[in-house]
Amino acid sequence: MSLLIGALSIGLILSLLALGVLLSFRIFAFPDITAEGSLTLGAAVAATLLTHGWSPLAATAAGFLAGTVSGAATGTLHTRFGINGLLAGILVMTALYSVNLHIMGRSNIPLMGAATLTTVAEAVGRRLLGGVESVHLWGWEVSSRDLSVLLCSAAGTAAVGAILYWFFRTNLGTAMRATGDNDQMIRALGVNHGNMITLGLAVSNGLIALAGALLAQYQGFADVQMGIGMVVWGLASVIIGEALVGTRQLGFAIAGAVMGSVLFRLLVAIALRWGLNPNDLKLITAVFVFLALILPGLLEKLQTRRQRSHA
Amino acid sequence: MLDMRGVRKTFHAGTPNEVRSLAGVDLTVDAASFVVVIGTNGSGKSTLLNAVAGTFPLDQGSIRLDGADISKWPEYRRARWIGRVFQNPFSGTAPGLSIAENLSLAARRGRPRGLGWALEAGLRGQMRDVVSRLHMGLEDRLDNPIGTLSGGQRQALTLLMATWLQPKLLLLDEHTAALDPKSADQVIRLSEEIVERDHLTTLMVTHSMHQAATLGDRLIMMHRGRVIYDFHGAEKRRLRPEDLLARFEEVRRAEQLDEGAAEMLRRVYV
Repeated sequence: MSLLIGALSIGLILSLLALGVLLSFRIFAFPDITAEGSLTLGAAVAATLLTHGWSPLAATAAGFLAGTVSGAATGTLHTRFGINGLLAGILVMTALYSVNLHIMGRSNIPLMGAATLTTVAEAVGRRLLGGVESVHLWGWEVSSRDLSVLLCSAAGTAAVGAILYWFFRTNLGTAMRATGDNDQMIRALGVNHGNMITLGLAVSNGLIALAGALLAQYQGFADVQMGIGMVVWGLASVIIGEALVGTRQLGFAIAGAVMGSVLFRLLVAIALRWGLNPNDLKLITAVFVFLALILPGLLEKLQTRRQRSHA
Repeated sequence: MLDMRGVRKTFHAGTPNEVRSLAGVDLTVDAASFVVVIGTNGSGKSTLLNAVAGTFPLDQGSIRLDGADISKWPEYRRARWIGRVFQNPFSGTAPGLSIAENLSLAARRGRPRGLGWALEAGLRGQMRDVVSRLHMGLEDRLDNPIGTLSGGQRQALTLLMATWLQPKLLLLDEHTAALDPKSADQVIRLSEEIVERDHLTTLMVTHSMHQAATLGDRLIMMHRGRVIYDFHGAEKRRLRPEDLLARFEEVRRAEQLDEGAAEMLRRVYV
């Protein structure tokens, strides 16, 4: 049971990563690799500030802001200097590796004993549950600390999802979605589409850095390697979400990315439990995304061939 | 209203694909004038419109709109004053967004976009009114993605979007060429109605000799990046499609003569 709750919590935290990837890959169709660096950046900034005694909320917010700066850097390289989007992301991601090491001062910062959002969540949970060590949930014994962290992650994710939905419905957010949809049209309507892409990547990487900051506090350490493979991870979540709820509507797309992230984390936890070698995890994730990308086209081809053989 | 002086543009200069699209265009358009632009393929009609819209930087020349020199302005800045409808019915709207959202984008053309709710109630009511005047039944489908509509419907909406905020200049770039005859007719009538109602200064490129003869109060014909004929007032009103075809034939013959003459000279001297 604690395995399940752990998987749900991490899935919810990483759903912010999925939302960032949804914004760059799906709304802008911009293959933004910056995420691998900005996730670590968010964790590095938050962890460093926490060990310096910052309040958890301020440290997490600082992680988010650092992420927006890295996204804006990628956007600027792409729109002002005309560098290919993929390459712009790779450049910033590579630079961020050094930046992250400088911020952290070493390759790993443990957060044992520091006040983090996790300890805050546990304190809130203790007060709400009246100080009991564990509660019974549908016949399972659940640690109240794990449960309160899970509930706080769910509340935080729901809040971020709602804010993002609201943002996409504003004049600015609508223009941003249209920029990804039809940039010729949006320029003809007086929008500087380069600025729009830069702003969008800033928001996207801010969300991803926020996921990193929260993940570091959840697992109790920040590590300079923790961003590796995260783009594909986020993409897998988005793809699962699209399969679950479709892409037709904005609200569905946001909810789908969150659900996809949670479900994916759950599947991974089960696979690991069944004895999957953790070293194979990234390979399997990549293969999964590959299949998800080619399957729709393959199925279509099969269908037309079948129709033709019938005709 | 619009004043173009010595506008030149060559694409892919210095390569085998060099195209001299605009070879020194001088054009002055009065306020509230509806100018029809015709010409052979590759004559520079669309390039002329794109030069005004700011799609590419000019090689030479200047463009003034309502007294301001806009030659160096980026495209998005000129959009504050210019409404555009493209040849491709899919170019003017964002397919994934709803009809209402597309219209809300047009309702802030060239204005700052902040964190206000895009589809506020007042604007929605206005949308229903304006869209119902199209008689396409779209006022009940405002929340449908625009990508599910036909080309004709999308082009009609693009026209509404281009003129939602009254532009100083309306650019119509063969905006009915990709439509079926019935939709084309509908869109043309709508264009005429809006231009007349708002007294819009308009440049319209067309391939249809019928449209060229019946619409507008002025007609210019382009060839090889230059304006070669310019008909105003009574002269324009007298023009029939046959007259225009005769002019095209004239241009074609002159061209052949040029080539024939060049061939003869080559044979004699080379």
